[in-house]
Amino acid sequence: MSKNTLYDKVWDKHKVDTLPTGQDHLFIGLHLIHEVTTPQAFSMMEETGATVKFPNRTFATTDHIIPTQAQERPFADGKAESMMTALENNVKKYGIKYFDFKSGKQGIVHVVGPELGITRPGMTIVCGDSHTSTHGAFGSLAFGIGTTEVRHVLETQSLALNRLKVRKINVTGDLPKGVYAKDIILAIIQATGVNGGIGYAYEFNGPVIHKLSMEERMTICNMSIEGGARIGYINPDKVTYDYLKDREFSPKGKDFDKALEYWKSIASDEDALYDDVVNINGSELEPMVTWGITPAQSIRVSEKIPEINNFYEDDRPVLAKALEYMDVKEGQHIKGLPIDVAFIGSCTNSRLSDLREAAKVLKGKKVKVKTLVVPGSQDVRAQAQKEGLDKIFIEAGAEWRFAGCSMCLAMNPDRLHGTQRCVSTSNRNFMGRQGSPTGRTLLMSPASVAASAVEGKVADIRESY
Amino acid sequence: MSLTENKILTIEGRGIPLEGNDIDTDQVVPARFLKEITFKNMGDYLFYDARFEEDGSLKEHPLNETKFKEGKILFVQENFGCGSSREHAAQAIKRYGIEAVVGISFSEIFAGNCKSLGIPIIQLDKSQISEILGAVNEFPTIICALNIKNGTLSVGAREFSFSMTPALKASLVGGTWDALTLLQNNEKKTNNLESLLPY
Repeated sequence: MSKNTLYDKVWDKHKVDTLPTGQDHLFIGLHLIHEVTTPQAFSMMEETGATVKFPNRTFATTDHIIPTQAQERPFADGKAESMMTALENNVKKYGIKYFDFKSGKQGIVHVVGPELGITRPGMTIVCGDSHTSTHGAFGSLAFGIGTTEVRHVLETQSLALNRLKVRKINVTGDLPKGVYAKDIILAIIQATGVNGGIGYAYEFNGPVIHKLSMEERMTICNMSIEGGARIGYINPDKVTYDYLKDREFSPKGKDFDKALEYWKSIASDEDALYDDVVNINGSELEPMVTWGITPAQSIRVSEKIPEINNFYEDDRPVLAKALEYMDVKEGQHIKGLPIDVAFIGSCTNSRLSDLREAAKVLKGKKVKVKTLVVPGSQDVRAQAQKEGLDKIFIEAGAEWRFAGCSMCLAMNPDRLHGTQRCVSTSNRNFMGRQGSPTGRTLLMSPASVAASAVEGKVADIRESY
Repeated sequence: MSLTENKILTIEGRGIPLEGNDIDTDQVVPARFLKEITFKNMGDYLFYDARFEEDGSLKEHPLNETKFKEGKILFVQENFGCGSSREHAAQAIKRYGIEAVVGISFSEIFAGNCKSLGIPIIQLDKSQISEILGAVNEFPTIICALNIKNGTLSVGAREFSFSMTPALKASLVGGTWDALTLLQNNEKKTNNLESLLPY
């Protein structure tokens, strides 16, 4: 059993009680909400006349259904409009702080929380969205929940949960050029499998991880869930504290110093015990790309699509389905595979540093396929425009859009059509994920997606410098 | 609803054999069906893209076969329900009329959502699941019966034992699978902890 890890310390600090069933009663310090997974919870509360217990620990924004082109109300899509209206009514009724279009702070919930300093170390954070693990980059325990649990948190600010085991994932060495946070996490998921993390919280550690910026750390923790781990976190360090200083909702002055003391106290001890440890040599990594229909079905961009017979018999049916669905063959090089669309965005890779990396590649070049660049928040969009990144994208022939989840899951008008093949900076290459039931997704880093957009086929970013 | 009414002790009916590992919640309910502010229609969308072609014609899928349509227990393989946290997936299963899911392994968030809705998630090992999938495919009218308290699943004359965490068992058998009341009962302790938090 793990001992003295960040997970143990933060869990114990938030444990209210042991419930009669034997589960832990855990206090939730921060609840983030959005339009898709909350209206049903609020309707149930309306029926019983319940109230939100701690509205000041609840923040709302809107992201999943947001059109990224025409944002005039009412939205053209009546269903999207009704979700938006429901959220607006609920935040008003229950007194919840809401970052709407007018605030200049709207965006993907996992981009907004951190950039406003709402997400901080040592917190328990939940949201009705599996990529809530993103916030673990700050050294918090952050995880996705369902709508009934959203109701539990709204009404009691707490949840009934089972304690997880803790696996430390050590990334050592030095990252080669062209290898980004996205490549690290894809390599980790390839090594541990899509279900390897079930029952575990992941602690990402080692020199490579602690050299990463906060935005890169968020990319890593974001995809913990794709490896089966509901929680992924990184111990806070100077990079974390520097990032949080002077953010709008961060504590200020003496309060900051006091908070800092707490943040430092919850990091895993040097001699902490873990249930499992996995080591990854960062020096040996290469740019990664998924070829199949799960985030673990990835290869190095220089590799060929694997032979199914080299895998365990149990894994072969999904691999065979992947080959058929993606229309690729065993032994085929992934590099050079023609593409139809490129998507740069999502809670994984839509922050300023992601857009900068993409812009570096696109500067002075032209894209050969339809390319969408969707910033993660209104703030990211404004900052990118201040730096002139929008002009680089537009001159390269890409579309510069408003903030939202967009074509990561296509709940808005942005979607694939038919069997289009899309290189994407998002997190899931599931069948039908990008809006067409037969559409195909290849996950990559922003730089790799940009390089591929320029060539009109899967490209090796290392050849684009 | 009283706790007695919520007690889940036994489930009996036909099985539905759904083969395949890593069936994600986007497959259970595709994202385009999430744009509804209630869960009431979710049963209609269960496994939609796996069951229907884009022109509405039927694909090969157990739920498209008359013999499995009325099944109450869904048999799956590994890592079922991975991906998105959408409760819509568990809601779709329940509203379709499925009362329990039995498989080798499940995503954590999906399993939590099922618990919240009183859908027992039962884990068996690979060889047991293979045997059951084979039996249900061969004899679709075979009766499957779950007894939560005893930890047994019978498929025709065959009986399998399963274990579940004491917490899950207690919440199903005791009717407290929706933990709201338990959490509310601890209000004083919750308030106390909140007042001591350093943020």
